Amino acid sequence: MSNFLTSSIGKKFIMSISGLFLMMFIVVHLGINLLLIFDDSGELFNLGANFMATNPAIRIMEPLLALGFIVHILWSLIVSFQNMKARPTGYNQSKNSSNWASRNMLVLGCLIFVFLVMHIYNFFYIIKFEYQNLLEVDIDGEIMHDSYSLVAGLFKTSVTYCILYVVGAILLGLHLGHGFWSSFQTIGFANKLWLKRLQVIGQIYAIVVTVGFAIIPLYFLIKF
Amino acid sequence: MDKTINLTLKIWRQNGPKEKGRFETYQVSDISTDSSFLEMMDILNEQLVNENKEPIAFDHDCREGICGMCSLFINGRPHGPDEEITTCQLHMRKFKDGETITIEPWRAAAFPIIKDLIVDRQAFDKIIASGGYVSVNTGGVPDANAIPIAKPAADEAMDAASCIGCGACVAACKNSSAMLFVSAKVSQLALLPQGKVEAKRRAKAMVATMDELGFGGCTNTGACEVECPKSISIAHISRLNREFLRSRLSE
Ligand code: SF4
Ligand code: FES
Repeated sequence: MSNFLTSSIGKKFIMSISGLFLMMFIVVHLGINLLLIFDDSGELFNLGANFMATNPAIRIMEPLLALGFIVHILWSLIVSFQNMKARPTGYNQSKNSSNWASRNMLVLGCLIFVFLVMHIYNFFYIIKFEYQNLLEVDIDGEIMHDSYSLVAGLFKTSVTYCILYVVGAILLGLHLGHGFWSSFQTIGFANKLWLKRLQVIGQIYAIVVTVGFAIIPLYFLIKF
Repeated sequence: MDKTINLTLKIWRQNGPKEKGRFETYQVSDISTDSSFLEMMDILNEQLVNENKEPIAFDHDCREGICGMCSLFINGRPHGPDEEITTCQLHMRKFKDGETITIEPWRAAAFPIIKDLIVDRQAFDKIIASGGYVSVNTGGVPDANAIPIAKPAADEAMDAASCIGCGACVAACKNSSAMLFVSAKVSQLALLPQGKVEAKRRAKAMVATMDELGFGGCTNTGACEVECPKSISIAHISRLNREFLRSRLSE
């Protein structure tokens, strides 16, 4: 087992599994976040956020999610470093026969990481550690933090943040456009037919994620 | 019909494995567009010999696209600008009069340069030796129809077996990964009943050797499939991953 994890395919396997896990998280995250634009009173989103913050299953997932991110990032650095070593001298002239995103997953990943840090600082950090500054709302007799006004407030007041979040969504989409089918390819779940199918499904998934996330700041920017 | 072109060639020269290499520029004139790329190289070498200069070392053998010996990174692409052919099958009609052609060797830590445009591809032989074979009993010739093989499996194994081991996949890959080559060599046996005996050991051993020899890992960019003269599909890479994971996880 030990040299499984150090083998080239073993390392990719870890990238793939952690990536698949993070992609599932993205779907859930997007689902909850879209509640932001379906109810301007904020009640739906607050209920969703409150459920996520108090549900025991989600509490267990939280550290796992953090672990997923850490593993995905650390392993990507190891894999990239070793791959760079495999070509000490480059070409003088070279035409690319692969697509841009597939060659620049590390760059995209680094940019998404920067976005992630900002994103955590904007919302998660405040909800988790500075909740005393948050407003409170009463929904059906239950007192909860008004996460809606925290998120909506940021997007209503700052065009810069709106743009940054749209850019973040696009970067994520590019990363997933390659990452989705790639993760299935790596765990061996592909043949000539499924390769094409997975690539199409991956593109659709990436577009849905990008549009879904980008629409939220744009909604607040345009509507308010 | 006979059209001729004049060309400037920018070629990588390196006297030996440890020496420092450099680009040198040469002129060739009146090259027939009907000639092959390697014939053009022969003409250039003839010219150099006549000038008492060292001819350019490059690999070639069959010159009909079946042996996998020729290489060359031509104008930024392994096996040059045409699709699904080897360098020896490349025609000069693919180039324009007055064009500058850049010719480089394969670049990979696992393929060290021997001289000029020749690289050492023995790493591929070592990978094959570590598992790319089947064991057969000695004796009489077995009956051709004794082991039935489904047509789709036979076709796919045949496709995989068309890999000529040229190394263009490694040369094209930004990670210098040999996964397309290894996957073809694993696939051609994994799909057939004859290959089942060593199936468990094969993928594991060949991947271990591949890693050891300094090839990079696969990041699924797909450049190999595009540049492979035999159009080996990256679907074989998924099969290799499957074979490898199956044998490792069942340990
Ligand atoms: S897979 Fe294609 S490019 Fe790679 S060695 Fe075989 S024939 Fe050459
Ligand atoms: S010389 Fe044999 S394949 Fe080109």
